[in-house]
Amino acid sequence: MNEPWWIDAIKAVVIVNLLLGMFAYMTWVERKLIGRMQQRYGPNRAGPFGLLQPIADLVKLIRKESFFPATAVDILYITAPMVSAATALAAFSVIPFGAGWHVWHYDISGEIMNVSISLIFIFALGSLGIYGFIVGGWASDSKYALLGSMRTCAQLVSYEVALALSVLGVVLMAGSLSLVDIVERQQDTIWYAVPQLVGLLVFFAAGTAETNRPPFDLPEADTELVAGYHTEYSGMRFGLFSMAEYVNMITLSGLCVTLFFGGWIGPWSPLGPLWFLLKVLILIFLFIWLRATLPRLRYDQLMAFGWKVLLPLATVNALVTAALVVAFR
Amino acid sequence: MSPRPVDSFRGFGVTLRQIFKKPITQQYPEYKRPLYPRFRGRHRLWRHANGMEKCVGCSLCAAACPADCIRVVAEENTAENRVSPGERYARIYEINLSRCIFCGYCELACPFDAITLEQEFEISEYSRDDLIYTKDMLLAEPIKRVPVADRDLYDTPVPAYQTRS
Repeated sequence: MNEPWWIDAIKAVVIVNLLLGMFAYMTWVERKLIGRMQQRYGPNRAGPFGLLQPIADLVKLIRKESFFPATAVDILYITAPMVSAATALAAFSVIPFGAGWHVWHYDISGEIMNVSISLIFIFALGSLGIYGFIVGGWASDSKYALLGSMRTCAQLVSYEVALALSVLGVVLMAGSLSLVDIVERQQDTIWYAVPQLVGLLVFFAAGTAETNRPPFDLPEADTELVAGYHTEYSGMRFGLFSMAEYVNMITLSGLCVTLFFGGWIGPWSPLGPLWFLLKVLILIFLFIWLRATLPRLRYDQLMAFGWKVLLPLATVNALVTAALVVAFR
Repeated sequence: MSPRPVDSFRGFGVTLRQIFKKPITQQYPEYKRPLYPRFRGRHRLWRHANGMEKCVGCSLCAAACPADCIRVVAEENTAENRVSPGERYARIYEINLSRCIFCGYCELACPFDAITLEQEFEISEYSRDDLIYTKDMLLAEPIKRVPVADRDLYDTPVPAYQTRS
């Protein structure tokens, strides 16, 4: 589509701001929802219904003493959270959240950038984000941070494999690696959640482990190894790591919706972003529900689950899908 | 019976149902739970019906205090200045509430029922010096901010030897 560059720039600014706002209020939703699931109120003192709680947390983080360990490697220590946060935000640039619109004489496409290999692009950015965690833990020059970051990275790298394999079924059925094409194919045929149910379950489980969410959050739980890779971080640097984790969660929900639940497809096409947002919110509710219900997996159980359960399931799913696609060609 | 795999999914149902039940949290400043009548809160010094203080400055409370937070300096009662019915009165009576453990031993030790522990516990201050309560502060009526449960329902009858005038 012949689209002027400044429309892309405006879309990028809008999306990044929306993502950051959504990250802040997702912490509010999580705390309130987990509170209600545990028969208590969530935060309800800062503003009506606690709606100003994220603002209060933000002000607290900014005003905290952002200490700097004397023996930490300066440049790596400072840029590690930046790398994680930047890749988490950048991964959202290829997710289609609407069909194209035609406003005045401009064509506005439904995503910021359409790349023909956008699925690989997102996985590549996710792997780059892991660098932030490795380097952050190592550059802190603290044994707990180092151990925590090693655990985190072993976990993330293991579940990357299962994650990437679980979407192979979708790619085979759609015949393309581009997310735009995948959504458009789901408009013609059925939403891929139905034929690819195993792939969806593996994707969701691997995605939960990929973003360090409970029940796979052993590396960063408070009772384990102090706080893992972000032990030596405080103030807004810690806020950046936290933001990277939540934005990863939002991106993963967005990816899951795009691949399995039809992306922006809904009753009325120009309102695409609204359906997309609704589906992403339902998936985020699932993440929060998982957190409130399940206990933490021990580290060896975690690694065993990733390699011995999810990887074979994803492989078998891909093989069966490939066989069926060829058979019914 | 040993846990089956399906039990993990029933756990999800439990958390989902809990969203729709009313939380059991009691919101503190808006709702204050009634205290039992014998609740040991801030101390209070009492007077007789005719206005004279009951405390004679005998320092038994200071001797009984495990945290050593009461300071009593006694003074002779003169004919012009008769504060208490007895030979002496407490000229200086201070309790350091930051040290007090609210055990109630001073109340038990006092032979004249001059000091009791009332039901006021909201005594936070911004500096430790403000927590040293002097005699006139202790003589004053405590501010009633928290409801107290009905004495006849929740307490044993007051013994005859203990007066509270």
